[in-house]
Amino acid sequence: MTEYAAVPRQREPAEVVAELDRLNVWFPTRAGVVRAVDGVSLRIRRGETLGLVGESGSGKSTAGLALLRLVDPSAGTVRVAGQDVTRWSRRRLRALRRRVAMVFQDPQASLDPRRTIGASIAEPLIVHRLVDGAAARRQRVAELLDLVGLRRELADRHPHELSGGQRQRVGIARALAGEPDLIVLDEPIASLDLSVQAQIMNLLRRLQRDLGLTYLFIAHDLAAVEHMSDRLAVMYLGRIVETGTPAQIWRRPAHPYTAALLSAIPVADPQVERRRRRIILRGDVPSPVDPPAGCRFRTRCPQARAECAETDPVLVEVDPGHRAACLFAGDAVRAMSVTEPRRAGGSD
Amino acid sequence: MSDSPVLDVEGLAVTIGTRRGPARAVAGVDWSVQAGQTLALVGESGSGKSMSVLAATGLAPRTARVTGRVRLLGTDLTEVSPERRRRLRGRHVGFVFQDPMTSLNPVLTVGRQVSEAGEEHLGLTRRAARARAVELLDLVGIPSAAQRVDAYPHQFSGGMRQRVVIAMALACEPDLLIADEPTTALDVTTQAQIVELVADLQHRLGTAVVWITHDLGVVAGIADTVAVMYAGRIVEQGPVDAVFAHPAHPYTVALLAARPDPAARGADLVTIPGAPPSPWELPTGCAFFPRCPVRGDARCEHELPPLVPVSGRHQVRTFYPQATDGEDR
Amino acid sequence: MSETTGRSSEGQLRRTLSALRHDPLAFTGSAVLVLLVVVGVAGTWLAPAGVNEVDVDRMLQAPSWAHPFGTDELGRDVLSRVMIAARVSLQVGLVSVGIALTVGTTLGLLAGYYRGWLDNVLMRCMDVLFAFPVLLLAVAIVAVLGPGLLTATIAVGVVYTPIFARVTRAGVLSVREQVFVRAAISIGASDLRIMRRHVLPNIAAPLIVQTSLSLAFAILSEAALSFLGLGVQPPEPAWGRMLYDGRGFVTEAWWLGVFPGAAIFLTVLAFNLVGDALRDVLDPRQLTVSEARRSST
Repeated sequence: MTEYAAVPRQREPAEVVAELDRLNVWFPTRAGVVRAVDGVSLRIRRGETLGLVGESGSGKSTAGLALLRLVDPSAGTVRVAGQDVTRWSRRRLRALRRRVAMVFQDPQASLDPRRTIGASIAEPLIVHRLVDGAAARRQRVAELLDLVGLRRELADRHPHELSGGQRQRVGIARALAGEPDLIVLDEPIASLDLSVQAQIMNLLRRLQRDLGLTYLFIAHDLAAVEHMSDRLAVMYLGRIVETGTPAQIWRRPAHPYTAALLSAIPVADPQVERRRRRIILRGDVPSPVDPPAGCRFRTRCPQARAECAETDPVLVEVDPGHRAACLFAGDAVRAMSVTEPRRAGGSD
Repeated sequence: MSDSPVLDVEGLAVTIGTRRGPARAVAGVDWSVQAGQTLALVGESGSGKSMSVLAATGLAPRTARVTGRVRLLGTDLTEVSPERRRRLRGRHVGFVFQDPMTSLNPVLTVGRQVSEAGEEHLGLTRRAARARAVELLDLVGIPSAAQRVDAYPHQFSGGMRQRVVIAMALACEPDLLIADEPTTALDVTTQAQIVELVADLQHRLGTAVVWITHDLGVVAGIADTVAVMYAGRIVEQGPVDAVFAHPAHPYTVALLAARPDPAARGADLVTIPGAPPSPWELPTGCAFFPRCPVRGDARCEHELPPLVPVSGRHQVRTFYPQATDGEDR
Repeated sequence: MSETTGRSSEGQLRRTLSALRHDPLAFTGSAVLVLLVVVGVAGTWLAPAGVNEVDVDRMLQAPSWAHPFGTDELGRDVLSRVMIAARVSLQVGLVSVGIALTVGTTLGLLAGYYRGWLDNVLMRCMDVLFAFPVLLLAVAIVAVLGPGLLTATIAVGVVYTPIFARVTRAGVLSVREQVFVRAAISIGASDLRIMRRHVLPNIAAPLIVQTSLSLAFAILSEAALSFLGLGVQPPEPAWGRMLYDGRGFVTEAWWLGVFPGAAIFLTVLAFNLVGDALRDVLDPRQLTVSEARRSST
């Protein structure tokens, strides 16, 4: 667990903006201690997008929240701009939350229904006293609206008067207001219509190009994460199971879970869908209160062997910059791809 | 299997009375589904895809005015009494909705809920219905169904709950299964399980399926025929291969291009600017005109394009059918 | 969707006013309240006679053109006394509910926002207050502080504080979980700012409804206290006190009890009617009708 999910990219490595080091986030519940994040390390460098993929319960969102200290780490370290913020007081954290901003999944729910768009976007400016005077603030809000492609008049509207895509643009403008070092995008497109998803993804990429932004892009949609990210980390049950570039993960997944996830993504082509072999995982994700001993994926892994119950695999390099936490990294996936498709019904 | 459709919808229109005046949710659609076949209704939110199905089966909200003809197994549902419509629906149509949690009653065991329909519509005894519930839970792949029949919904995971809902829908051996975004709330690996389950059940039981979704990938995997809806109308429909290989409506073309493609990394995604028209003020002409990349002419703006055949049963509602092939996506 | 029905504050105010105008019961209630306020403010000038104008020649006269509500045992004009007493009732009602609203909302806000031990301590105190029968509690407070207008006001205010604390806390608990509150935390807003700018405006609707309903009960409580001789002291007129004084003359002078009683009844009814109407208009479920419809298509 000492491996970093992050690896230096080509050329000289850029400055590390934020970092999780062997982070645990455990929540006590009535049913026991939920190990939402369990030994996660990752680094985000200036100007890049790190994609964090996983299904519900994987801990990907909790890991994102930890970067703003919106959850309290049980163990490990959170570093932002070189400073260890793991034990910062409530008061000091307010300053951290200017450095790291967040965009939420549901743009409707993340905007106060009783406040105008302008007031929502201006809030970081007021809270951190970034702009003096109402006139200057209005001017800055107008610039932010321009930046995210919204008409300036919308500043006086309320959230319910906007479409879903427009609301998410407002969420992005609010995140930009404090000129943060890092923006955590938590499922920013998941609740939007397809055509609008594309608009928001293009906007996020354009903003990154123009303003040199750094993103942590959290999503369950592997295709979208792949499109957006420079590097990817795949999470399962509180752990990172595979990291690498999108191309590495997309073409040669090394962890059986990643392979199953990829094979489950439907492709908008009936010919391909009919021919493809799909790895259907058995059962459900085990409870994070009581994760399986050894490899956490072994209870659902089509290639699980006896050793998997004994050893908890760490991330090991399978290719330069491509790591997987599987005792049989690579081999297991190759073995799966020769198993027969179990797809019933349909024509063939 | 006979050639007569299980459900046949003709000229269906739904207008919903609202505080702001009448909203035209469905502006006249025709579709039908045969036994053993899957019709996918695709569209974005507000396209009327769900409403057209709810209205066809008599489940439209009370403020809705529904016109058109709907035949279920040859019986015109618009001409029978509400009571008879309810019975026909209960006996012949099964429903699976998006959120399994809200489809299930939290204070009843899953066994009770699965057996309820059998008791009501098939006249089974309590005991027989319970045995049938176990059988159904087993059919939808719930492990150790005989024990879990007495469990409550909260004791199941999301994917398992959706299996329970499917078991409920199948309780009366319906001729038609209506699946309204049944996998949208589920994870992608769970979605794959549910899609496989429905395909398998359909294959074994010969049920007709109407699958409502916004996910073109799911459509490609499950559908025999597909109808793309926009602003309350079908803009393109036909056999799934034809529509995906040669999308002819600019909207379909754009939708298919809007998904990230691993082969084209780094490129900007194709987007459709703007938003769909409001159902309170549908335009007289083509509803897609304001957002259309083709932007034909004044005719598009003022005259509603008819559904015209492209080839075979593949039809499109545009004055400017796009000549595409699968390769340039 | 480009636009939908209003949910903004102005839209809501307009909708509230329009609902009050169109619902006949609510309209009647509002009309009675307007009348009450006019009488309360200008009663001294509008009243045909002075409040303590004693006229021993006209004791216990039945209602007539000269004295529409009759006269009492000291020959005072009952109509005038009822009108002037409106001011006392309104004043006690408004001030005591004002106290309850301010204190209760503050406590409920703190309890609901911070949860934990603070919540436990505050809400258990409220439970204790709440467990007492309203009148008993008020009597106890008056017994300690001595009878009088001010004491009655404070007593009624204390009695209604737990209701506001509970309504507020319940609202805070649900609003606190909203994503927009988390969004405000995520940009570094202070707790005070979040409570004032995000939480409070979003729980205003139930508080407004509760205020209107509490006003009715506060006026009733004040009447009860005055009836028991623990509220406003004679010769100052108060509806409850007048009811008490008329009690001895029920058989020979029914008007002494009936008119102050009717005033209490109408006022309480009017506040309740308006409160119910506000509840219907401000109900959050009503506000989301447009969203629900959108997601159903």
